[in-house]
Amino acid sequence: MDWREVQAGLGAQGYVAGDDLAMAVHLALMLERPLLLEGAAGVGKTQVAQSLAAMRGTRLIRLQCYEGLDASHAIYEWNYQRQLLAIRAAGDGPDVEDRLFSERYLLARPLLEAIRQPVAPVLLIDEVDRADEEFEAYLLEILSEYQITIPELGTITAVTKPIVILTANGTRDLSDALRRRCIYSFVDFPDRATELAILAAHQPGIGAVLAGQIVAFVQGLRREDLQKVPGVAETLDFAAALAGLGINDLTIEPVALQAGLVTLLKTQGDRAAITTEVAQRLAGKAA
Amino acid sequence: MAATRFASRTTLPDRMADFAAHLRDNGFALGVADLGLALAALATIATSDADQIRAALKAVLARNAEDHARFDAVFAAFWHNAGAAPRGAAKAGTHPRQRSQLAQDQHGTGTGRADQPDQGTGGAVDHTGTGRLTGARTANLMRVDLRDCVSPQDMAAALETATRLARAIRDRRSRRQRMAHQGTPLDMRRIIRKSLGTGGEPLHLSWRKRPDRPVRLVALCDVSGSMTVYARVFLAFLKGLMAADLHTDAYLFHTRLVRITDALRDPDALRAVNRLSLLAQGFGGGTRIGANLATFNAQYAKRLVSGRSVVMILSDGFDTDPPQVLAAELARLKQRGCRIIWLNPLKGWAGYAPIAAGMAAALPHLDLFAAAHTLESLAALEPAFAQL
Repeated sequence: MDWREVQAGLGAQGYVAGDDLAMAVHLALMLERPLLLEGAAGVGKTQVAQSLAAMRGTRLIRLQCYEGLDASHAIYEWNYQRQLLAIRAAGDGPDVEDRLFSERYLLARPLLEAIRQPVAPVLLIDEVDRADEEFEAYLLEILSEYQITIPELGTITAVTKPIVILTANGTRDLSDALRRRCIYSFVDFPDRATELAILAAHQPGIGAVLAGQIVAFVQGLRREDLQKVPGVAETLDFAAALAGLGINDLTIEPVALQAGLVTLLKTQGDRAAITTEVAQRLAGKAA
Repeated sequence: MAATRFASRTTLPDRMADFAAHLRDNGFALGVADLGLALAALATIATSDADQIRAALKAVLARNAEDHARFDAVFAAFWHNAGAAPRGAAKAGTHPRQRSQLAQDQHGTGTGRADQPDQGTGGAVDHTGTGRLTGARTANLMRVDLRDCVSPQDMAAALETATRLARAIRDRRSRRQRMAHQGTPLDMRRIIRKSLGTGGEPLHLSWRKRPDRPVRLVALCDVSGSMTVYARVFLAFLKGLMAADLHTDAYLFHTRLVRITDALRDPDALRAVNRLSLLAQGFGGGTRIGANLATFNAQYAKRLVSGRSVVMILSDGFDTDPPQVLAAELARLKQRGCRIIWLNPLKGWAGYAPIAAGMAAALPHLDLFAAAHTLESLAALEPAFAQL
C-alpha cells in the first residue's frame, strides 16, 4: 500500500490528512509500530483513529486515559462477584481454585481485548499523557511484546498485532522510552485550504462563499489571544449552527454571528475578549 | 534542488548514518536502532522523491513537537547542498504554519540555527569530501561561558542547600486518594485471594489507596544584568534542585526564556556547563519578566504546571515590561492551581521595600516572598518550604 492510498483512504472517510500525517500513518502500518499523535486539543487526533478503523473496516477499541488509570481498568480484571458466587456454589468442591481463575471469570479491558481480536483492530489510547507515568511502563511492555501476562492464567500473546494510535495533548511530557517506540507526528491546526476541504467533506450543504467566510473567520480567531483556541470540531459546529440559523453571509448578520460564537469560544474570558466589534472586524476581514 | 556532491561516501546506509549524526548534533535524541528504523521506513516508500523521503524520515526520527517543527530545516541543511534550498521557496510540502512554528520554537531551543550545526561537536559528520555540511561557526562572541561564573566552593555549598530544600518540598506530598467521595475502595483481587484460605468467606479485607505523589518544582531563574552577581550561585542551586528528583524543571530568562532542564540533567558535568553556556546567549542583558512569564505560560505551563506544582522565581523584580503584564501573567499561572514562590536577593538588604514596579505588582499573587541573597538565607527557607 502506498502512502497516497492511505491519504486517499482517509479522505474517503472524511478525514483530510496532510502529507506528513499520511506518511506517518502509512509507516505505522508498514512497520507495525504504534503511532503517537501530538497536538493541541481539537485538531482531530482522535478522528485519525476513527477514520483509520473505518477505512480498514475493522474495530476501533478505545482506551481513554485519566489520572489514576491502572491495570485493572486498562488490561484485565477478574469478575469478583462471579467468583464469589462460584465459591459459594461449589462448597467444598476440590478444584475451585482452578476454575476460578479461568477465562470465564476474566473481564477483558481494552488492551487485552485488542490483542485477542482475530482481525487486527485499531487500538486508540487516547490522551495517554493524562495517565500516570507508571502506566506508561505497562503500556511499553504491551506495545513492545504484544503480549499480556496474567499471573493466574499465564501469558496471552497477540493473535494479530493491533494498529495502535496514541494521542497526547501535552498535559505532561511523555517518557523518551515511549516516544522511541512510536512513529511520531505533530498534528497542527489545518491551513485554510485543508480546513475548507474538511468543511466541504462534513457540511456539503454550505455555499462556497459562506464556507470561505467561516474558515477565514475561525482562522482569524485562532490568531487572537485566546485561552482556548477553537479546533476543527468547533469550526464544524459553528458551520452547522450558522446553517441552522439560515445565514448566508457572515458580515450582514452581527447578532446571529455573535450568537454562533457560543460554538467557538468556550471560556468566559474568551467570550469577553471577542466583543461584537472584534467579531465584526474578523468577519469583515473574512469577507 | 541543488545536487549534493559527495566525494567519499556514497551508499545509502553510510549517508543515513551521517544524517543520524547530523541530527544528533542538532539535539535529536537518536539511538542505534533508529537508523535501522529509518532505513526500514525508506524501504517502504518510493525513494526518488525528496519530499516523500523527508516526510518518512520525519515520522520515524522526530519524536516530539520541537523536533517535529525543526526537522524540515535540519533535513534541508543536510541533504540540500550547504543548506542551499531556500527556506521560503523550495519545499512545496512545507506548510507555512510549520515554518512559523519553527521560528517560534527556535528561540526556545539552545542549539542556535537549526540548519547550522554547531561546529564544536560535529566531528562525526563527514567533513572530508566536497559534500561539506554547512559549518557556520555561530557567534562565539555572544556567549558568556558559565564555567567562569561557577566557583567549585559556591557550587558545592549551593548544591547541598538546594538538595535539602528540594527534599523539604518533596516530602510534603499530596495526600489525594482515588474516589475520595466514595470512601476507600476495596481491593477485591486481594480479598478473593485471601478468602480462598477461609473457605470462600472474605474475612480479611484489603483496601486500595493512592500512593503519595511528589510535588513538582519549576524554577525560573533571572540571569539579567542586575542579577549577574547572584546568577552563579543560583545556577548551582538549580543544579542541586534538579539532582534531588526527576520532576524538577528549570528555566533561565533574561530577554528570552530558555529551558535548561535537559542541560542541567546532563550526567556529564562538563558537558552540562558547555550546554548552559550555549543556552545563555544574552546572559547579563536586560530583563523582561512579564514577557518571559507569558512565554512560559503559553509554551510550558500547560503540560508542566498543575495543582501539584510549586513555581519558584529567582529574580530581583526589575522588569522592563509594564508591571501589568507581569501581574496578569502571574494571575494566569496561578489559575493552574500551583503555588508561586518568589526569591528576591534584594529582600535581604536592610531597609528593602518592594517598590520596583514589577515586584509590587507581583506581590499579591505570591504564596511566599523571601530573601535569597546568601546561601544562609536560602538554607533558612527550609521550614517555610515545608509548610507550603
